[in-house]
Amino acid sequence: MRIATLCGMGFGTSMMLKLFIDDILKAEGIRAEVVPWDLGTFKGERADIVVAPVGMESHLRGATSRVVLIQNLVDKNEIKMKILEAINELSSGKQAG
Amino acid sequence: MTDSSDVKSISLEGLIGSKTVKAQVQVVNWEAAVDGVGQLLLDAGKIEAAYIPAMKRVLKEMGPYAVIAPGIVLLHGRPEDGVLEPCLGLMTLKEGVPFGHSENDPVDLVFALGAVDKQAHVLSLKALAELLGQAEFLRKLRAAATDRQLAEIFGTTV
Repeated sequence: MRIATLCGMGFGTSMMLKLFIDDILKAEGIRAEVVPWDLGTFKGERADIVVAPVGMESHLRGATSRVVLIQNLVDKNEIKMKILEAINELSSGKQAG
Repeated sequence: MTDSSDVKSISLEGLIGSKTVKAQVQVVNWEAAVDGVGQLLLDAGKIEAAYIPAMKRVLKEMGPYAVIAPGIVLLHGRPEDGVLEPCLGLMTLKEGVPFGHSENDPVDLVFALGAVDKQAHVLSLKALAELLGQAEFLRKLRAAATDRQLAEIFGTTV
């Protein structure tokens, strides 16, 4: 499973988000590839889940990935809740199909 | 790509200098807030003057996504826009001002980040993010009445 974090510049918020998600996944025992993107690289790439700050949704219209929007980028609880929800959705979708 | 053991992580104290914090400032709008925190970094010799309009340009081009949490903005430009030394500035505002974010306005904690390269900054940024996720830490930042009190929260003395 590939999770991408998106921010306007590729460092800063993308990296912060990636590190938080790495921590969360490790604690949950979930293995996934987490990659930081910026708006330049994102168009050509694919991921199962894209995590971005609220405010970036206009850049994500038409994305085929499951989009997760985070309001508070330093709130680990919000990130954990939303990321696990997305992962569960994708996993159960795969088993049913 | 270097792994994290090679990364020379800059401590949060080293990053946020005693001269780059200012408490309880009154500003009229978001532009004045960016000017104010930018001036702190400029006066401390961490950035070139061009970095201040660069931070505004990033906000205008990318949208207000830099308002990363309710009341908190993390301003940044690109390293090539005029960063002389890795740095972090903070200005707390008497009254919050809107930055145009649909949910996290108004902003009263204005952080400005200057990175010279992506790797060195990442761990400090994470340390800062962990602190900003704690309500008690935010309360202390907002309660600091003087620059000295604000600097002490980060472990540096004015």
